[in-house]
Amino acid sequence: MLGAVLLGFLFSLFLVFAGSYFRGKLAVLSSLIPLSLFIYFLTFLPEIANGKVIYENYEWIPSFGVNLSFTLDGLALLFALMITGVGSLVFLYTSAYLKDHKYLDRFYGYLSMFMAAMLGLVLSDNIMSLFIFWELTSISSFYLIGFNNDKADSRKSALTALGITGIGGLLLLGGAVLLGDVAGTYRISEMVMMRDVITDSSHYLLILLLIFAAAFTKSAQFPFHFWLPGAMKAPTPVSTYLHSATMVKAGIYLLFRMTPILNGDDIWHTILIVVGAVTMVYSAIHIIFRTDLKGILAYSTISALGILVFLIGIGTQAALVAAAVFIVVHALYKASLFLITGIIDHETGTRDVTQLSGLRKVLLPVAIAGFIAALISGGVPPTLGFVGKDLIYEATLHFKDAAIFLTVLAILTKILLFYGGFVAGVKPFMGKLPQKFEKLHLPSPLMWMPPLIMTFAGIVFGIFPGLIETAFAKPIAMTQVIEFEEFHLKLWHGFNTVLGLSAITITIGVILYFTLKPKHNLENAIARLDVIAPKDLTLKLSEGFAEFSRLWTNFFQTGYLRHYISVIVAFLILLLGYLIFSDFSLTLDFSTLADLTIYEISILLMLLMGVLYTVFTKSRLAAVAALGVVGLSFSLLFLFYSAPDLAMTQFSVDTLTVILFVLVLYKLPKYLNFSNKWLRIKHGVLSVSFGILITLLILRVLKEPKNAEITEFYAENAYKLAHGKNVVNVILVDFRGIDTMIEISVLIVAALGVFGLLKLRLKTRDKK
Amino acid sequence: MRTIILKSASSYLLPVLLLFSVFILLRGHYLPGGGFVGGLVAAIAFVLDAFSNGLDKTKGILKFHPGFLMPVGLMVAFLSGISPMILADLPMMTGIWAENPIPVIGALGSPLFFDIGVYLVVIGSALTIIFTISESV
Repeated sequence: MLGAVLLGFLFSLFLVFAGSYFRGKLAVLSSLIPLSLFIYFLTFLPEIANGKVIYENYEWIPSFGVNLSFTLDGLALLFALMITGVGSLVFLYTSAYLKDHKYLDRFYGYLSMFMAAMLGLVLSDNIMSLFIFWELTSISSFYLIGFNNDKADSRKSALTALGITGIGGLLLLGGAVLLGDVAGTYRISEMVMMRDVITDSSHYLLILLLIFAAAFTKSAQFPFHFWLPGAMKAPTPVSTYLHSATMVKAGIYLLFRMTPILNGDDIWHTILIVVGAVTMVYSAIHIIFRTDLKGILAYSTISALGILVFLIGIGTQAALVAAAVFIVVHALYKASLFLITGIIDHETGTRDVTQLSGLRKVLLPVAIAGFIAALISGGVPPTLGFVGKDLIYEATLHFKDAAIFLTVLAILTKILLFYGGFVAGVKPFMGKLPQKFEKLHLPSPLMWMPPLIMTFAGIVFGIFPGLIETAFAKPIAMTQVIEFEEFHLKLWHGFNTVLGLSAITITIGVILYFTLKPKHNLENAIARLDVIAPKDLTLKLSEGFAEFSRLWTNFFQTGYLRHYISVIVAFLILLLGYLIFSDFSLTLDFSTLADLTIYEISILLMLLMGVLYTVFTKSRLAAVAALGVVGLSFSLLFLFYSAPDLAMTQFSVDTLTVILFVLVLYKLPKYLNFSNKWLRIKHGVLSVSFGILITLLILRVLKEPKNAEITEFYAENAYKLAHGKNVVNVILVDFRGIDTMIEISVLIVAALGVFGLLKLRLKTRDKK
Repeated sequence: MRTIILKSASSYLLPVLLLFSVFILLRGHYLPGGGFVGGLVAAIAFVLDAFSNGLDKTKGILKFHPGFLMPVGLMVAFLSGISPMILADLPMMTGIWAENPIPVIGALGSPLFFDIGVYLVVIGSALTIIFTISESV
């Protein structure tokens, strides 16, 4: 399976070098990649249908528990087949849709990268590798949405999508780490066994919220849904593949995977049902107000995703089976409708549904595909959509709480989806053909065959629902539900409540289609509400954040060294001052201190004079020299307190520092502006309080009981172990040699920094 | 600053100070001194020379950019650090010593080479910083 996942990545890498050959007629060959993967995954079908689960494990970072482990069960196989199956058709379609596009190879590169990432996501058994593939899908989606990168609109949409799904990805990482921490393993198949530990842990709620946030951003749930309509700026194959059939279902997949691990508490059900219900109804209502075909499809996709979240929230076996079937249904009809929209757009140059009519006369096969897709979408028998719709009603009707209310919501959504499907799939082909479209002719079969194949599959599966049942529904139910009950998918259930509800749905849907016509003024009406829509609120939030960051940066990054130093010192004063004064009692026992000698007093006087002179002199060089006096007095003090090594080093460092200062200052002009009085007072207060604080700190340290152990160890062992009599030096080069090693490396980095900064500046100045 | 006295003195001072820096480096094992101070003294020697004779002349004496001393020194220190692993199958940074001390230098062992590495790095970085700054102002 590793090879299957890597194939797409390898192909996109291959295109980097050999892309120029795949721009022309050979482009159609690219579809061999998803096709061969589709066949490869088909071969697993019998095994999986028998309830077998296949594991493969490749070590990657075993020390962190991060491995490339893959698992193939019913759920993974369903998604894998969907990814590669829809992928094959989309790859074929693209070769005609973007024919002779100058970046066609690039497009295929991104597309196959996406496909590989998506495959990796659904096959991963390790939650860390799942996260990595999750991010890879976001990144490849970014490139695909922004494929028309000369349009500002596309770039903005790509950025929005990346922002929303990227934040979700980060939250997923948080959830994954917590989950791995609580469960003690990063393998999803092992987490299932730790279910009780996870649901009882104190982090349970946090994990739940993180995973939900990840799934909701990726699967465009309210209020994160707005990136999806924006993402429709991408070429149609991308909308088909990423934003209806596969990527947006990654969140659904995650929720599915997490169901046996996390669904323990009512909160799981409540959140999912509420969010799913709000999303499905909210965006289903939006469909009425749209006139752009892609806009209609985008909102109906969001609505369908809402239904899936809603069903997973209900969480009974019937609901999960309904969700699994609905995933297939949705992939079949929504991908077809997108491809059909692409054909219409490609041929007529418009996607405005109010301008399109009568196209059946020129695009007959497309019209057939559109009609069947609308039937599947509306759940009209004998399509698979009918089976799917019945399962949904079945699931809501038998839920323990508020069954009637939930069923009404589901019916409302389904009616609006019916309407949306017919507007997108039937309306453009009905009525009178406008004159301007009369000269249209049918495009290459590569474009109209894929939707036709998918819609026919929808009918075949509808007549023989047993195919779906044995292949996916049962294996998924067996792995996802704790107590598995036998069930059968049927097209005809006999006369019962569900059939009645179906009939109501279809009837109202038909009435709605014939009475309600898409109009521009409706679209404009709802545009006024955009001010309070999540999209605009989020945009304002991000703009506000950027503005705040700018102000914040300007406040701290003044570019004046003295300002930086004052900030650092002030911060240290606050922090250390708080620490010291929150636990401080100053008792200084003068009797334990040695008497002051005349030498020490004179050095102290010298030091003070040096400091005062530095502060008050008006010449830079004099200030530097006075600073040198301060440094040398210190090295004398070191000498008196028997630290000759320190004294020597201090002496030479001080010499070099003074030389450095002189080098820099010597050539500068005399002081022109002195800092004003207020600034001097401010700096004075800052320096004096910092000095006092350090003094207090040292006095505090002196109060600590002395630990002579270390001193004794070094004194004893310096000669014994290291053959040296100078303990300081032995510590430096032997006992703590690695420290010294790192210190000299730091020294080198500093020197290289100075060299780089000044030499680079010199070069740019030379150029002028 | 180019006075006659400093100029004539520095031509004698440079070799003496360099010798002195080596002396400090070597005595470090038993008495105050060591690679760090030694390196600083050597750097000061060159800076003094640059003060009196000009930067270009000092660079002429050095023949190569002092920056090259940094990687060389780091390499020497690193090699002396891993030498026990290679030579005696001991952990890194274990001191290994020659049995008999050598006249003038004294006891010979891997810590001495480590100190030499420090000495070279310090000269290299100090001179790189000072030369770069004095060239650019």
